[in-house]
Amino acid sequence: MTPQPFLRTFVTPAALCAVGFLAAMAAVLQYSLHAYVPGSLDVGGLTLANFAALLKPLYGKVFLFTVWICFLTALFTLLLGYPLAYALVRTQNVLLKSAILVIAITPLFLGEVVRTYSWIIVLGNNGFVNAMLLKAGLIAAPLQLMFTTFGVVVALVHVTLPVMVIMLAAALAHIDRDYEKAAASLGAGPVRAFLTVTLPLSTPGILAGVTTAFAWTFSAFATPQLIGGGQVNMVSNLVYQLGFASFNLPFAASLSVAGLALTFVVLGFMRVAARPLERIGPH
Amino acid sequence: MPMPRTPRPLLQRALEVAGRAAGVLVVAAILGFLVLPAVVVALASVNDRAILSFPPQGLSWRWFVKALTYPDFQAGFSNGLIVTAWASSIALVIGAAFAFALDRYQFRMKGSIEMVLLSPLVIPHFTVGLGFLILAAQLGMARGFPVVVACHIVLVLPFVLRSVYVSLRNLDRRLELAAASLGAPPWRVLLTVTGPLLLPGLVSGWLFAAILSFNEFTASLFVTAQRTQTLPVAMYNYVREYADPSMAAVSVIYIVTTATLLVIANTFLGLGKVLNVEHAR
Repeated sequence: MTPQPFLRTFVTPAALCAVGFLAAMAAVLQYSLHAYVPGSLDVGGLTLANFAALLKPLYGKVFLFTVWICFLTALFTLLLGYPLAYALVRTQNVLLKSAILVIAITPLFLGEVVRTYSWIIVLGNNGFVNAMLLKAGLIAAPLQLMFTTFGVVVALVHVTLPVMVIMLAAALAHIDRDYEKAAASLGAGPVRAFLTVTLPLSTPGILAGVTTAFAWTFSAFATPQLIGGGQVNMVSNLVYQLGFASFNLPFAASLSVAGLALTFVVLGFMRVAARPLERIGPH
Repeated sequence: MPMPRTPRPLLQRALEVAGRAAGVLVVAAILGFLVLPAVVVALASVNDRAILSFPPQGLSWRWFVKALTYPDFQAGFSNGLIVTAWASSIALVIGAAFAFALDRYQFRMKGSIEMVLLSPLVIPHFTVGLGFLILAAQLGMARGFPVVVACHIVLVLPFVLRSVYVSLRNLDRRLELAAASLGAPPWRVLLTVTGPLLLPGLVSGWLFAAILSFNEFTASLFVTAQRTQTLPVAMYNYVREYADPSMAAVSVIYIVTTATLLVIANTFLGLGKVLNVEHAR
């Protein structure tokens, strides 16, 4: 066996980190299985009552609605992200390439609060969109864009677009362009070459992008909280409300556990559903 | 590469030109969608009035002054710097060492540790925050900086790991072998050959970690207390209570700083390479 200098020194800190994270996740699981003692942060005895309460239609609805929002966001992010990633990878102009790259990924680093606040100003009743439409005489009264599913999804798509572009671009960049040239020389037009060669070859990127978009949207909190304003509630909002408004940490924990389980189920389902697509893709 | 082509019908060429123009328009529209909020916030931040109006009525810097002198923002900024400096630096050391081991070595639990450390990418941040909040309570720790820093390390570690790992993959190992064959002991190879060659990856990994930690909101909301609240948490509380454009001013400062950092990073480090979106050769 080849020598492996520093092995222990290099792996131990990371292993400790992993253990700490697992301990935090175990803490959530443990709390979810204990009874809530009103007025106290300590928990009572072992119980499954928290999970039984999750079966109430009120909570079931929030879960279904959250998945629906995640689905819409992932879909629209993919539709907007693909052309942008394609342009980013294929443009020959260096300056244009850098401009697209910086514009596309800056929102990723702005943090949820700044982005959400910006969308409040864009979508609000005296916001930018309404002011422009009123001025143009296209509408008589401000459109209600805040506190709607539409508003939340628009802001979430904006939040998720950068990571989608990065993943799609990574996949597109690694496609050997000789395949397209081969398709063209065999008589395929640009549209046909794209649909039958480039698109299938970029399947891994689409899969990675959609999966991440879904998981990130599920994780979003400030956007549904501020733009939804209590009218559009996702699981994250419910967890926060239970944890900090009613201090019912055990129930908040069981919601988190259920949310996590749901995320993994959906991600697993996507992977299975995409298997036939992958078969067309590269090996 | 010019290739001899058979002449194509005029209609087909016209269609191609039209298609290309449509493509450019679509991409421009999407870029516009990405930039729109930033532009609107910039307009709102220089509006003299406290109530939103487009176009702005009267120009003024007073919201910038108010934002910069608001005590909660100032405290949030310095708390954020403390948390970010510790979290991103510790994550860099841990992540770089582990990426090295991942790339070169075989050891027990290799796959499991990697999976656990990458899992914060798909685990909702409110779950991570809640976990650290409960863990700290169970260990009897106050909601001080150590809890916030620990939480942030876990959240930014995947980005450091990825960034350093990609650089390690692209590194020419013959340089290390040359140093070793000339008699350099392993620590010397690491410090004088591998380290310097990895520098772009290390710097970009640290930069990503720092920016993400400074901006982390959802998990921070769960693990910070009044005394340790970071800037995003302070901003969130402000948005919930007040509607004046101070928040727009902070946002503009944020956007300009972040975009500048990214342009610099792109110029010196080549973000395309770091993000793996450049053409493979």
